[in-house]
Amino acid sequence: MQVTMTVNGTEVTRDVEPRLLLVHFLRDTLRLTGTHWGCDTSNCGTCVVLVDGEPVKSCTALAAMTDGHDVRTVEGMARNGTLDPVQQGFMEEHGLQCGFCTPGMMLTARALLDRNPDPDEGEIREAISGQICRCTGYATIVRSVQWAAAHPAAATTEQEVTT
Amino acid sequence: MQVPAPFDYVRATSVGNTLELLERHGPESRVVAGGHSLLPMMKLRLARPEWLIDINDVAELRHITEEPDRLRVGSLTRHAALLASDVVGRLFPIVHDAEKVIADPVVRNRGTIGGSLGQADPAEDLTTVCDVLRASVVIAGPGGERVVDMAEFHRGPYETACEQHELITEVRFPIRPRMGSAYEKVERRVGDWAVGAAGAAVQMADDGTIADAAIGLTALGLEGLATEVAAVLVGQRPSEDLITEAGRLAAAASSPVEDQRGPVDYKRHLADELTRRVLRRALDRVGATVPAA
Repeated sequence: MQVTMTVNGTEVTRDVEPRLLLVHFLRDTLRLTGTHWGCDTSNCGTCVVLVDGEPVKSCTALAAMTDGHDVRTVEGMARNGTLDPVQQGFMEEHGLQCGFCTPGMMLTARALLDRNPDPDEGEIREAISGQICRCTGYATIVRSVQWAAAHPAAATTEQEVTT
Repeated sequence: MQVPAPFDYVRATSVGNTLELLERHGPESRVVAGGHSLLPMMKLRLARPEWLIDINDVAELRHITEEPDRLRVGSLTRHAALLASDVVGRLFPIVHDAEKVIADPVVRNRGTIGGSLGQADPAEDLTTVCDVLRASVVIAGPGGERVVDMAEFHRGPYETACEQHELITEVRFPIRPRMGSAYEKVERRVGDWAVGAAGAAVQMADDGTIADAAIGLTALGLEGLATEVAAVLVGQRPSEDLITEAGRLAAAASSPVEDQRGPVDYKRHLADELTRRVLRRALDRVGATVPAA
């Protein structure tokens, strides 16, 4: 069947099997491997992407079910070469160790801040409670989100990151 | 890598269209909404539908409507929407108690009330909530609609009154005056199934006695309401002794099984302790103070 959706602002159309999971559509069909694929059972949350702005576990959604919707992955967080404040927060506060949970954590944080620009620590911990960091780096993840909340207009260019 | 077996996929546009599609594709078709029970089962081949009928576009199934004597909740209402609803929290705080501990916030963005009740997992929370609130379920079928109470709807683990060719369309909660309700669950970690949980709803009479009470347990081996508990509560004034007796009777009514979440005696202890807690909180929420023992 044919699916058409907007991924990171670009409309894409592909022929897929109805059983293709969204996570594999993103990773294998579109080669957007920033979305990680973990437990396959909607427990770990590393596959979280935003569908119409809301965090969704993409291992438990079909590409077919996402037809006609708007998807945002970690590749779509930076805009025009400028990092999202959440991404910058994860740099400033060392929000990642191995990095496996990071894409999902950052997208959930982005959705939280879109809804609640000034969350307290409890609200941040609640928002990410469906996601697992097996490095157990939760304290720095929370601080990274707090950094992003405190710097909503932070603007680091990708150029500055790499140099 | 877990991938479902092949199937065909179709999107329904309305309740009528869903029923037509169920009829057309027959017993090997399944309705999918949030997909957080069905898709994992399909990955494990515990379910192997040939047709998946996606009802996520059926807007008529997505509503929270307050009427003078009842609250109508469309079956496609997401857990997150129930939790975000001020009306739900005001009328039935037990729903918010439960929703806060159902799965995790990301899963709650997708999972629906109709899906939870329809899946009828024995450790699922909303069945107990609907039991104690004396909710009813609207089921649409080829011959029209029928409304069933929870005792009729919930037949046991993974089994409900909703037949293959039918669709759960709505859950109705009666609004009763002077009513308090509460739910509490013990879970090992966020998103896990309950080790055990209890729900309570009480309605007070003008004279300060309990006019109606309903106690239910989740994952503790009790189907439906703990009628023995309600029987000792009704007609009585709230007291510590009464709450203690209710907890004791709830534990006696439970018949938990030992599993990786805990041994029988611990789960029985939970039935007792959680019943006392939710009863006390439900009374507190309706302003029925419990005098110190």
